Amino acid sequence: MDPIIILQAGVASGTVLLFATIGELFAERAGVLNLGVEGMMLIGAMSAFSIASATGNPWLGLLVAMLAAGLISQIHALITITLQADQVVSGLSLTFLGTGISLVLGEGLSKAGTISLLPNFSIPLLAQIPLLGPIFFTNQSILVYAGYLLTPLAWYYINHTRPGAHLRAVGEHPAAADSLGVNVQGLRYFYVFVGGVLAGLAGATISLAISPGWFSELTTAGQGWIAVGLVIFAQWDPLRAAFGSYTFGALRRLILDIQGPTTLLGLRNPFYYNPYWGFFLQMLPYAFTIIVLVIGSREAVRKRLGAPAALGTPYIRGERGL
Amino acid sequence: MSESQATAVYNATSSPPRPPVIQMLGIVKRFPGVLANDHADFEVLEGEIHALLGENGAGKSTLMNILAGLYRQDAGMILLRGKPVTFSSPRDAIQAGIGMVHQHFMLVPSQTVTENILLGLDEPRFLLRLSEFDRKVAEVSERFGLKVDPRAKVWQLSVGEQQRVEILKMLYRGAEILIMDEPTAVLAPQEIEGLFTTLRAMAAEGKTIIFISHKLQEVMAIADRVTVLRKGKVTASGVPARGMSRAELARLMVGRDVLFHLEKEAKTPGEVVLSVQDVYAENDKGLPALRGLSLEVRSGEIVGLAGVAGNGQRELSQVITGLRKCLKGQVWLSGELVSNKPVQFGIQRGLAYIPEDRHQVGSAPNLSITDNVIMKSYNKEPIAHGWMIDMTAATRFAEDLKEAYEIMAPTVRTPARLLSGGNLQRVILAREISGKPRLILAVQPTRGLDVGAIEGVQRLLLAQRAAGAAVLLISEELEELISLSDRIYVIYEGQIMGQVTDGNIEKIGLMMTGTPLSQIETGD
Ligand SMILES: Nc1ncnc2c1ncn2[C@@H]1O[C@H](COP(=O)(O)OP(=O)(O)O)[C@@H](O)[C@H]1O
Ligand SMILES: [Mg+2]
Repeated sequence: MDPIIILQAGVASGTVLLFATIGELFAERAGVLNLGVEGMMLIGAMSAFSIASATGNPWLGLLVAMLAAGLISQIHALITITLQADQVVSGLSLTFLGTGISLVLGEGLSKAGTISLLPNFSIPLLAQIPLLGPIFFTNQSILVYAGYLLTPLAWYYINHTRPGAHLRAVGEHPAAADSLGVNVQGLRYFYVFVGGVLAGLAGATISLAISPGWFSELTTAGQGWIAVGLVIFAQWDPLRAAFGSYTFGALRRLILDIQGPTTLLGLRNPFYYNPYWGFFLQMLPYAFTIIVLVIGSREAVRKRLGAPAALGTPYIRGERGL
Repeated sequence: MSESQATAVYNATSSPPRPPVIQMLGIVKRFPGVLANDHADFEVLEGEIHALLGENGAGKSTLMNILAGLYRQDAGMILLRGKPVTFSSPRDAIQAGIGMVHQHFMLVPSQTVTENILLGLDEPRFLLRLSEFDRKVAEVSERFGLKVDPRAKVWQLSVGEQQRVEILKMLYRGAEILIMDEPTAVLAPQEIEGLFTTLRAMAAEGKTIIFISHKLQEVMAIADRVTVLRKGKVTASGVPARGMSRAELARLMVGRDVLFHLEKEAKTPGEVVLSVQDVYAENDKGLPALRGLSLEVRSGEIVGLAGVAGNGQRELSQVITGLRKCLKGQVWLSGELVSNKPVQFGIQRGLAYIPEDRHQVGSAPNLSITDNVIMKSYNKEPIAHGWMIDMTAATRFAEDLKEAYEIMAPTVRTPARLLSGGNLQRVILAREISGKPRLILAVQPTRGLDVGAIEGVQRLLLAQRAAGAAVLLISEELEELISLSDRIYVIYEGQIMGQVTDGNIEKIGLMMTGTPLSQIETGD
């Protein structure tokens, strides 16, 4: 149990959460809650692995994964934005739909054998930095590095660009945005699509890079739900989202690895000898997610945490007050 | 007398020959079940301040929303400087130089003033470069004397400042014609003066201003000309505001003569009925809404609570009724502690509540008048009959109330939602007053009612005062407060700034903007 190795693997594992969390964050900042993240990630993981093993080209797999998850997100967009149905119900259905489709189409994929994966490499100078070098910049997947870029870009985009200001306005006060000619519905469709694309990328990150392969619904193992919880935990801020994602990634690795050795710090390792302790540890991230979601579902709490004011409500022009 | 006669007389007084900049001709707009605009004609001259006067529901906002591109008219046309135009979105209207400041502000609270002003513009293209645009916004704000910090977040601003941001938003877009929808409704008297100064300055710069209001004295103070709407129809078109009497305008607006003064008999207040002591409470967002508020109401007096909306009035009424948690302090009703007790507890001890939202809180819209009026007496003889409700007794009770309170409805089985605002308010008053309350808590009891209905509600409150009830009247209508109340407290940010007994509007105004009475008196 080398802590450096655990952290290094944790960063890789956290990258999956990062993509999914930032994607959901974009949709929610536009006012659309999408509980279909888990389903969209499975679609992404399945299509990435299946295309990569069929064509031998992981890049093509990645592209198709993002498009497929982006497309399926548009069902949610149609139902909640145009048809103005309840976002919670529609999002849950999307998870069922995504899970179902990927299990059916992924049937038999696990026997497809090995595929060529996306490249891992080290960043020349940065890898030399003590402590940080080995954790963040040594032998990581190209997607992990992409995650490093995504975080500040997302933050800068949301807070310091004109389209970002429009995104925030649409999620906070759609009527105000509409009254100034901002296309509220169009932008909501777009950011739900962005959320889908990033969830697809998160799924592909698992099946093509972090823990390659297709293990049906265990491929994502509920990480989509953790991402939904992390958005609340991060208070809709990309920088906090990154912090939460990497922390959770590291915890996931630690929980897995801690059950391996027979002794821990020279003592008998209880997690090795008693599997129930291990199960308990494995449960923690999900328990956390449930707690965050339950707390975050209270409107008063959400407001206090700084949720976009229009999150969860469809926008209908001319309704009341205008 | 006929209106056409009246109009003819007013038109005889000549106005300076300026070209019409806007002409709306024969505008018709229907909403499900309502004819909001009925062949309305509306003409505005370049550079004037034109008031659009009418009661609540007369169709003023609808007509102007059509002009601002938010709604499409069902019939009629709009001419801008003589040329027909059609706007399919607010953006089109703004591009043609027409900007509207809505009754409910259209601002994103979490964004800065500059961000709000830039929203929807093509410039800046991608990067926000806020510091550069902060300067541009400051320039415009300076030019028109609309003082506001471009870098402040909107939620940090006072309502008056937010209104300035709304105006700036339109000026920044180069609006030449500015529509203000009931801009004074949210302002304290001193802020209203400030707004009027700004509007006059803008008119002097050549901007055209359309000022929507239902308040006569404001219209007479600011407008060059007035158009009056009643039930969607124009009853006076572009008459000069000077030289019109208040009574004449009121008649055009309401369609009959209106009494402005209610008789109030002298009465010495009795014992303390309601005592609110050092109360603290939070609002829905969990922020402090009441911060050590104390007040008292005695039997046989009407006590007003004045204040700009959102200073804790709602939370106070909810704490008194038991609908909101009281974090600290107490509320006593005739010597009994009622804070943090079940709502029933206060009701049983003679608390009557006329809530602000008469549709959702004050009544059950889908239930009949009968069901609505027995809501407080269904569990008492004679309506209660063991476990059962005696429907004959209930119907008789409802019919008696319908008669006594002059509720206009086909039968007592009519669902509450089909009643007009004034009649629904009578149903609520009938239910609350028939229980012979010790304390009546009335929140905005006349808001949105037409002048006739307002008079009826005010009479009922005065009758209760004469009968010895204690009345706490929470209202944003200063005129109403002054004419009804024996004393007026002023609330600001959850605290009482002081009270006046002489209806001194200047003092009330200063307190409404946060100056405690003690300071006002020593400052003199
Ligand atoms: N969006 C809407 N949907 C349905 N009815 C409306 C809508 N807007 C206004 N109305 C109705 O049209 C009438 C005129 O309303 P409005 O123009 O807001 O009046 P005013 O601004 O003069 O108070 C009212 O009866 C109102 O209930
Ligand atoms: Mg209106």
